[in-house]
Amino acid sequence: MYFDSLHAALAMEGHGPFVWGAYAITALVLLTLLVSPVLRARRLRRELAGDIRRREAAAGEGGYASRT
Amino acid sequence: MSAPGLLAFCGRLLRRQLVLALRRPVDIGNPLLFFAMVVALFPLGLGPAPAALAGFAPGILWIIALLANLLTADNLFRGDFEDGSLEQLLLSPQPLYLSVLAYVLAQWLVTGLLLAVLSPLFALMLGLPGAAVPTLVASLLLGTAVLSLVGGIGAALTVGLKRGGMLIALLILPFYMPVLIFGSAAVQAVVGGMPAASHLAILGAMLCLSVALAPLAISAALRISIDA
Amino acid sequence: MWSFFHKLGSPPWLYRITGSILRWLLPLTLIALAVGAVWGLLFTAPDFRQGNSYRIIYIHVPSAVVALAGYYVMAFAGAISLIWKMKMADVAMKSCAPVGAALTFIALVTGAIWGKPTWGTWWVWDARITSMLILLFLYLGVIALYEAFDNKEAAGKACAVLTLVGTVNIPIIYKSVDWWYSLHQPASIKFTGESSIDPSMLYPLLLMIGSFYALFTCALLMNMRLEILRRESRTGWVRKLVGA
Repeated sequence: MYFDSLHAALAMEGHGPFVWGAYAITALVLLTLLVSPVLRARRLRRELAGDIRRREAAAGEGGYASRT
Repeated sequence: MSAPGLLAFCGRLLRRQLVLALRRPVDIGNPLLFFAMVVALFPLGLGPAPAALAGFAPGILWIIALLANLLTADNLFRGDFEDGSLEQLLLSPQPLYLSVLAYVLAQWLVTGLLLAVLSPLFALMLGLPGAAVPTLVASLLLGTAVLSLVGGIGAALTVGLKRGGMLIALLILPFYMPVLIFGSAAVQAVVGGMPAASHLAILGAMLCLSVALAPLAISAALRISIDA
Repeated sequence: MWSFFHKLGSPPWLYRITGSILRWLLPLTLIALAVGAVWGLLFTAPDFRQGNSYRIIYIHVPSAVVALAGYYVMAFAGAISLIWKMKMADVAMKSCAPVGAALTFIALVTGAIWGKPTWGTWWVWDARITSMLILLFLYLGVIALYEAFDNKEAAGKACAVLTLVGTVNIPIIYKSVDWWYSLHQPASIKFTGESSIDPSMLYPLLLMIGSFYALFTCALLMNMRLEILRRESRTGWVRKLVGA
């Protein structure tokens, strides 16, 4: 490790806020990039599953759903 | 009646577009009025000091010409799309490449050409040195033709959309940037006492490239918009 | 070879295969990113001119490189979808745009943050920064055009045409911005020479560039899977998948 202590690594001789800030923003954007498709896919699958269940229930009740 | 030849067809198309444009002189005047008004905005915003205005004049004039061109780009195919004649054009046996070129040429004649011809007046109002005026006109003649061709791509892509006005600006402004760079640089070069021939040559090269490629993109985009 | 090409056009096959690719590629990418970041942040010596601020290079350069490459991936997919009318290429093209835009955004933001301690200003109208900004506009334009169409099939084709126009234009834009900058270059800002980068700094950089490429692939595949599900939501295989 190049730095002597955690404190030195955080400060980076005055450049710490810039370097750590840049890495934090990058991590945030990348995380959003990877998590958002997962969340949206999960929501879509839930919606589709609900859709299918509703349709099956409607089919089970006979012609009622098709008349409305 | 036999079908007209290729050149005759394009000539008729061009004349039709020009007649349509001349029937609505206000639409031709609007971009010029816009140009004049925005020219007046700059002294109001930057202050009337002649030296400062003259320094910014090449950039100002070129940016306004670009914006005026952008405002008219949206109307290139809009009317013909709405009354269905665009669909007829796509069905006709004539090569779309040339008919699209006729559309763009007509649009350039009533916007770019007029802007270039009137630009010396505005250049004088902003205090651009007289020696740079011929270069300004030449660069606008070449540059606005490129702008019209590139703008045609944006117009063809968005013609089927209800709210295309803002979108077309977002799509084609990035492609306008090289023209702006070399157009204003040509004028600035003359103001700085250097020859502008190389800049004008690059603008000419851009024009050749866009004449060769833009109609292809416009035709493809028109087919997509009509199918949608 | 052709059977592979035909399989690529089949949504269920693509959905399954991307799922199994992601299962090992995603963890590997995250590990490589973490290793590269820690290596660059803590285990390399500072640059003798810029001090510690140069450590931003390990995210700035990879994101810029991949953001630019991403545009060409998008254009390539767009060309395939236009020429062979391949639906899955259309899906790939549509999924590239947000990923590329996010990477371009990262490159711009980290560049600005790097500029503050190095040049004393957040933003300079430098050739490369300006080009990246224009690249961001191009990505956002593609997204805006796609969203403006109600008919998503036409949206895909229109975006394909736009990306192809962009591909022809990107070299022109870059060259003209380069030239513009060399004409107006202010004297106060100087780039450090990049010809001689020490191997101890180069290896983590190469690792990070590789990881960013892998990350682009992961995000692209994940977005593609989402889009496939959305488009195929009425088909039998998706119902079976969702119902199970």
